[in-house]
Amino acid sequence: MLSDEELTNWPEAETATAAPVIRANHLDLTFQTNDGPVHALKDVSLDIAKGSFVSFIGPSGCGKTTFLRCIAALEHPTGGSLTVNGMTPDEARRARAYGYVFQAAGLYPWRTIGRNIALPLEIMGYSRAEQAERVARVLELVELSGFEKKFPWQLSGGMQQRASIARALAFDADILLMDEPFGALDEIVRDRLNEELLKLWDKTEKTIGFVTHSIPEAVYLSTHIVVMSPRPGRITDVIESPLPKERPLDIRDTPEFIEIAHRVREGLRAGYEE
Amino acid sequence: MAEASDPGTRANAGGWPRWLRLPPVLGMVLALMAIWYVAVVPMNVKEVLTAAERAGVEVSPPSAVDRRDMGNWALVFRNTHALGNSWSSDRPKLPAPHQVLVELYDSTIDEELNGRRGIVRSGTLSNRSLVYHAMVTLNATFLGFLIGALLGVGLAVGIVHSRVMDMSVMPWAIVSQTIPIVALAPMIIVVLYSIGVQGLIPKAVISAYLSFFPVVVGMVKGLRSPDAMQMDLMRTYSAPTASVLTKLRLPSSIPYLFASLKIAIAASLVGAIVGELPVQKGGLGARMLAGSYYGQTAQIWAALLVAAALAALLVYAIAALERRTLRRMGMMP
Repeated sequence: MLSDEELTNWPEAETATAAPVIRANHLDLTFQTNDGPVHALKDVSLDIAKGSFVSFIGPSGCGKTTFLRCIAALEHPTGGSLTVNGMTPDEARRARAYGYVFQAAGLYPWRTIGRNIALPLEIMGYSRAEQAERVARVLELVELSGFEKKFPWQLSGGMQQRASIARALAFDADILLMDEPFGALDEIVRDRLNEELLKLWDKTEKTIGFVTHSIPEAVYLSTHIVVMSPRPGRITDVIESPLPKERPLDIRDTPEFIEIAHRVREGLRAGYEE
Repeated sequence: MAEASDPGTRANAGGWPRWLRLPPVLGMVLALMAIWYVAVVPMNVKEVLTAAERAGVEVSPPSAVDRRDMGNWALVFRNTHALGNSWSSDRPKLPAPHQVLVELYDSTIDEELNGRRGIVRSGTLSNRSLVYHAMVTLNATFLGFLIGALLGVGLAVGIVHSRVMDMSVMPWAIVSQTIPIVALAPMIIVVLYSIGVQGLIPKAVISAYLSFFPVVVGMVKGLRSPDAMQMDLMRTYSAPTASVLTKLRLPSSIPYLFASLKIAIAASLVGAIVGELPVQKGGLGARMLAGSYYGQTAQIWAALLVAAALAALLVYAIAALERRTLRRMGMMP
């Protein structure tokens, strides 16, 4: 758990515009189940600065997905406070503050890739012309130009997941929430998508919340790694990555990288032994 | 990378060439025919023996009263010499297949081409032809199917969106299907007649009564088929209920809808036929009942064959529409 002092020490000095976009204060979430209450989140306090890439890592049941869903207003905390862009999560959602990427691509099989990406735009009432322009732009961003007219079953799993990222980017939300987006992909594809995600993040300057099971993935991608532990779900460590913003894949063999990975592993183990 | 799929291998289930699928079908038909021809002999033996006796052939036992209490097979084995007319008797209990086919030809093609009231001589379909009666039944079937399908989809949308409707409508829909339609059909006709509605509408109502149920059940399942993740995705867009319905629930439900429609159209046909039984103003149902009044079993069987062929045709038409729709939606290669 973080004390208030630690919270103020939270390193947000890198960028000048460092007012936190997501601010959680002593957040609690208890699910009432038939087997009694389950503490999914307990006393979670965290600030996420604009433009940072924050990974949440921990074993199943540590509340990392639940925390992401709270930010997205898909779950509602039972205690504490949570603001997104200074608003409640519900308001932020209505203000189109975030795009959400799920573990499965979840593309509609009856829509082409282009029309899948246009789905949120249709719902949000963009004009036809603007839909087309935005779809073309985000397709280029995820390097899927030329696949607009293809149906999802004609694409590989990795390409489908890139299309679902494009869909989340289509309506210009500043925050991108990603719930184990590459969890179902093989390691080679995952490496490539990790590299592309970093480039995308660099180009778009979005704030990214990223849930993962993989230590190397978390260390490779993040500016901050939030280590969580289960029963009750809580934060055990927040690691600020000293790695440079420019990260080739082989940075994973450097001593710095290995040291951070080690610290993450220690944090995970500590969470278990408590 | 994009995986190429070969539509040729998918369309041909099991990889069998088309002509190889014919022998099993033909074999089945031949086997059924053989069983039918054999069954005709014991089924008609009493009438055949009576006729033979009148024609001067010696049968055993000689008394019709004695024969009445005997088993059919026993009579067959004791009188193998007198069974020559089994497959050509005038009023058979069970007509032979060729008698049914002759009746079918007489009451369709022959009646229309050569009959006094046929389409060639009078310009309208003969009211003695099965073509005419099939059209009458089809009219009621289509109208009933349309009402039933729309009602079914409407109820399903209500059930999925309203807990009150879920709790209140579904039990009644299920109860409605436990009442035998032959018991209910005359009441529907009488009630509607008393408020001045007759003709096509009562038959369509009975038809709709049978066909809405599979559509409700299938569509409720289909509209609820999007998984939690897809519903969450819609919530992240703050999508209004109407958008969720039109962009997610309805498209997801299309395969379920077509499965239901295939059952519903066959049920519609049954409903229309049942609705024609008590009215006797044309239609295949009326023909079947008339046939049984006058002991014209071949006429019943011919009407049955036409009804079966219609059902097959209707289900096939829905299946073709399903293929077309799914292909256009990109859900089928």
